[in-house]
Amino acid sequence: MASIEISNAVKSYGAVDVLHGIDLDIQDGEFIVLVGPSGCGKSTLLRMIAGLEDITSGAISIGGTVVNELQPKDRDIAMVFQSYALYPHMSVAENMSYALTLRKTAKEKIADAITNVAEILGLTALLERRPKALSGGQRQRVAMGRAIVRKPQAFLFDEPLSNLDARLREQMRTEIRKLHRRLGATSVYVTHDQIEAMTMADRIVAMHDGIIQQVGSPVEIYDRPANIFVASFIGSPAMNFLKGAYEIAQNDTTGIRLTDGSFVPVLPARGATANQTVTLGARPEHIALVPDGNGGIPARVELIEPMGLSTLVHVSLAGNPVKIFTLDRPDFAVDSFIHIAFDMEKVHVFDTQTELRLPPESEPHMARTA
Amino acid sequence: MDGGKSVTTAMQAGKLPVERRGVISRRLSGILEPYLYVSPALILIIAVMLMPLVLGLSYAFRDIRILNPFSGGFVGTAHFQTLITDDAFLGALVNTAWWTFGSLLFQFTLGLILALLLNRDFLGRRLVQALVFLPWAVPTFLSGLNWAWMFNPVVGPLPHWFTALGLMETPFNILSDPDLAMWGPIVANIWFGIPFFAITLLAALQSIPKELYEAAAIDGATTRQQFISITLPFLAPTIAITLMLRTIWIANFADLIVVMTNGGPADSTQIVASYIFTQAFRRLDFGYASAIAAVLLVLLLAYALGVIALRRAMTHADS
Amino acid sequence: MNVSGNSPARKLVYWGSHYLMIGAFVVFALFPLYWLLKVSVTPNDILYTEGVRMWPSRTTWENYFFVLTQSNFPHYFLNSVIVAGTTAIVTTMVAAVTGYSFSRFAFRGKMIIVALMLITQMFPLVMLIAPIFKILAPLGLTDSLTGLIIVYTAFNVPFATFLMQSFFDGIPKDLEEAAMIDGNTRFQAFRRIILPLTLPGVAATLGFVFTAAWSELLFALMLVSSESASTFPVGLLSFVSKFSVDFGQMMAAGVLALIPACAFFLLIQRYLVQGLTAGAVKG
Repeated sequence: MASIEISNAVKSYGAVDVLHGIDLDIQDGEFIVLVGPSGCGKSTLLRMIAGLEDITSGAISIGGTVVNELQPKDRDIAMVFQSYALYPHMSVAENMSYALTLRKTAKEKIADAITNVAEILGLTALLERRPKALSGGQRQRVAMGRAIVRKPQAFLFDEPLSNLDARLREQMRTEIRKLHRRLGATSVYVTHDQIEAMTMADRIVAMHDGIIQQVGSPVEIYDRPANIFVASFIGSPAMNFLKGAYEIAQNDTTGIRLTDGSFVPVLPARGATANQTVTLGARPEHIALVPDGNGGIPARVELIEPMGLSTLVHVSLAGNPVKIFTLDRPDFAVDSFIHIAFDMEKVHVFDTQTELRLPPESEPHMARTA
Repeated sequence: MDGGKSVTTAMQAGKLPVERRGVISRRLSGILEPYLYVSPALILIIAVMLMPLVLGLSYAFRDIRILNPFSGGFVGTAHFQTLITDDAFLGALVNTAWWTFGSLLFQFTLGLILALLLNRDFLGRRLVQALVFLPWAVPTFLSGLNWAWMFNPVVGPLPHWFTALGLMETPFNILSDPDLAMWGPIVANIWFGIPFFAITLLAALQSIPKELYEAAAIDGATTRQQFISITLPFLAPTIAITLMLRTIWIANFADLIVVMTNGGPADSTQIVASYIFTQAFRRLDFGYASAIAAVLLVLLLAYALGVIALRRAMTHADS
Repeated sequence: MNVSGNSPARKLVYWGSHYLMIGAFVVFALFPLYWLLKVSVTPNDILYTEGVRMWPSRTTWENYFFVLTQSNFPHYFLNSVIVAGTTAIVTTMVAAVTGYSFSRFAFRGKMIIVALMLITQMFPLVMLIAPIFKILAPLGLTDSLTGLIIVYTAFNVPFATFLMQSFFDGIPKDLEEAAMIDGNTRFQAFRRIILPLTLPGVAATLGFVFTAAWSELLFALMLVSSESASTFPVGLLSFVSKFSVDFGQMMAAGVLALIPACAFFLLIQRYLVQGLTAGAVKG
């Protein structure tokens, strides 16, 4: 196992930069998830670690050795592809042993390793089959097995679950996580699925437009998103955003005056000035339904969306769509008016111009990546 | 303990040179690798096709007659001036167009029909497919001889069949009739060339997603409408490229004509390619033959560029 | 409307005409070959008197016997096997690496090389005979099988390359990337993972080039003058000149010569369609 250090890595195709000066330190044994929309550069970064893409400038080192100039085969890493990339003309056992054979590992050792890994992944009965005769989930396991058998310095995953159906995906998520705990291997996992990122990562690296937006534990990223992009990308159903002006009232209460004139009290935000244009960010679970006549802001009901455990109430506030999460079973009529209240402790204030979050003054300072 | 340690150092020591080699090769190989792969083909093509082509083009401006020891001097554009007034050449140009488009039209139409027929699942399809593609494997001069034989009323059945059908009054050899002779090589060429179109078009047909036809059928399209709105647009790129390639090949393809009619009777089947052959190997006038070949090359290049430009204009108009 | 389209009567008409047309194509494709066979087994004395009969009243293997034992034909045949076989193997190898680089790499000058290969398809090959002779003569490569192999390989490489490229285009890039991470260099990944997967394509290309080289007459005639280096098409022509056109023997030789080319083609034609389909899906 090894740590991975990426310093000021740049990737450009001709004049177009797809990655701008990426800095990232991955600890030995850590499970890192690179997450972002398609085209954000996460796969390119992974392929640069693998050696499948050249590094335009900067450096990547694995286990303390700079690997910029090394062929993929000399980097001692394993990779699980989105398409699985199983060799169609080889059996499951041959697929898994190929890398070891190339390294001239002793036959008995290979056999032991294959038996062992097949047992862990439940592939023992399938060892002689060709990939064609396997289900999607089984193929995925073989791809995992091929990586595990090698005991590499690091595992790289390129959206390995996106070709599976929802149930299987959920199951493999847990299994990969368990495997990681068992093997303790440094892992870099690329996905566009924020749920995978939240559930699997030790640390999430949120990327957008070739720039790292934020690095942090799932809870950190969820509770204290660095900017509007991270806040909107992480979390489902997504965070609500409302534009308004930051106000400091006479009695020193602070809040945001929305465009329809309603006032949402918020904690004093660091660096915010009076009348500054800001964006209020509130997760659906941080907005409460207020029983009639008890204050709150009036909003028009547009849609009730039952989700089983919870219900999602879609309302319109100051012309903006707002989603509210509730464990109750509300029976509002569509187009009726209800009253809602924002959880002052939990909502976020963003600078509309820079899109950066203006944290509450009470929040301790933290070092911010990116 | 100690032994284990020395093993690891030995491994590290062994590992180092490998990484060094990687350092040198990676950048360089990243740049050089594709050229390395292409180089054998490139060397062959340059040495065996491009250099001879340049040499051949230079012959077009020289007086090169094999049996004349005093030949070899530069004659400038004399060959080309002769060419303009050479009636045999001008006739060959017309014949080339006739030969090329006559062959192409039938090869393509019949090839397309055959591909459509083979695109259906039916009993014995595999066997049929193997059999109907067979003419492509027959050496061209052999099929030329065989067809010449079949057109001969003494030893071939075709003239008798034509008579029975009322196409001829009495059986005669069309290859010796200046008005009909061209049909002989054209028929042989059609026979030989159908498989090429059938193979490439069948491959293209099989790559059309089935869902498209299902969607069209649900939308209420008839079989003919499906053919026009789905099949043809999908085949269009394949059709364009194969038609262009085949046009050029057929225009250059003299074997059948040389074997079956040798350009006769009375030059009625003489195409440019066979005329070059005649000039070079019967009259041994390589200079003049090269001049004709140069003109043919320019004409074909112009044709290819025209087709490509037309195609580009059409695809741009689409998008 | 649609119901009537599926009625038994319409189905009958549809499939009836389908088989009728298929039958016509099969007859058109095979009849000339049948005629070749018929002439080759017809005894000389009734060749002309029974020229138009569908099958002669007597048949004989004499022509075959003569061709196999009394003529140089077995020697020509061997020469052709060597030339066509070597050309097919070398061309396919060269086309495989070139097609692979066209399929996988973006590199400077690629378009120029592709255009160059396309342009070579426009050459009137007759025109190249004299210059090629001039280039090969000082190297001692005229009148030799090696010279023929080199020339045939060069002629066939462009089309074989485009063919191989379309096969490679059908194979996902992930596979060799996985192999490179597993410990292969790119070339090893190509040789050990990608090439085995394109075996049908390799077979198709081999067959395609083999039949082309097997049939070539013009260069075989012009570059080779001695009997010992003649290929079978040249030998076949010698029946025309030497034996005052002994058609029976010539056709027998022709039938014999057809066997390897046709056998090869029968085996590979399926892969040709499959391979072109796989490439077409992506392109």
